[in-house]
Amino acid sequence: MKSSLKMTKPLFGDVLVLFLGLIFVGVLFSTLWNHAPAAKVQIRLGDKIYATYSLDQNRTVEVKGPIGITRILIDHGKARFASSPCPNQYCVHQGWLSHMGQAAICLPNQISLELLGGEKPFDSLNY
Amino acid sequence: MMDSKENKSIKIQTTVDDHRIAKLAALAISLHLVEAVLPSPLPGVKPGLANIVTLFVLYRFDFATAAWVSLLRVFASSLLLGSFLSPAFALSLSGAIFSLGVLFVGQYLPRKFFSAVSLSILAAFAHMAGQLLVVRFWLIPHAGIAYLIPIFMGAALVFGVVNGLLTNYLLSMNSAKQAG
Repeated sequence: MKSSLKMTKPLFGDVLVLFLGLIFVGVLFSTLWNHAPAAKVQIRLGDKIYATYSLDQNRTVEVKGPIGITRILIDHGKARFASSPCPNQYCVHQGWLSHMGQAAICLPNQISLELLGGEKPFDSLNY
Repeated sequence: MMDSKENKSIKIQTTVDDHRIAKLAALAISLHLVEAVLPSPLPGVKPGLANIVTLFVLYRFDFATAAWVSLLRVFASSLLLGSFLSPAFALSLSGAIFSLGVLFVGQYLPRKFFSAVSLSILAAFAHMAGQLLVVRFWLIPHAGIAYLIPIFMGAALVFGVVNGLLTNYLLSMNSAKQAG
């Protein structure tokens, strides 16, 4: 019984598979977790692009949606819903968005924010 | 014409193989149930201990037996947990089918270079991929789950290695017992 507890020498193929597996997971992390800073924020109202602003300039944007005025804040490379007339306030609670590909939506007022970089990493909203 | 006496004595003919599959599946089911009550930091990240049984059966017997044990485990565990035909069951089934698919190909890898560790890693990746496809196309049709893929696949790698080492250990114990 004692001999079976001894570790046998790892096989060449096992080491190869393990190595390739590690590379695979590493590639997944680097491609799917690229927290590149965003450059622009795109605001959509309904099914149209309402406006696209650079994140470099601080400003407050007021967008009139179907149920009222939503205020969007852009501040030092970040953007957020500052206030919204919606009942549940999910969009406001989502807080600051600062990375490329991040998005926040306010369904009741049909407004969404999406942060854009140089290019879109992936389609982060589909509806 | 059948009378009631004859009806009572109906017997299903079972073979030695059937008994063996039933015993091994019972073992896999118990591991599956133990795992179901273990807390998990992230839903979906589980060690997949029942896959040790599948791998062990693949090496000790053949692919057909392993497929039987794996699929019986999925169905019976879902009945015991009350999740039959629920999303959890669909995830479990798709994972099992994908990993069996990989094992079907992987069983032809030369045994000289590839042990159960290789197959376990590959099967774990396939298991995760099958589950993530169901999640992406049915449960959460949103690309946001892409953020979770690296975590799931990393967990699959870790548990794949652990399960493979355990399978190797069990196989060596088993062969030592048979020899001695």
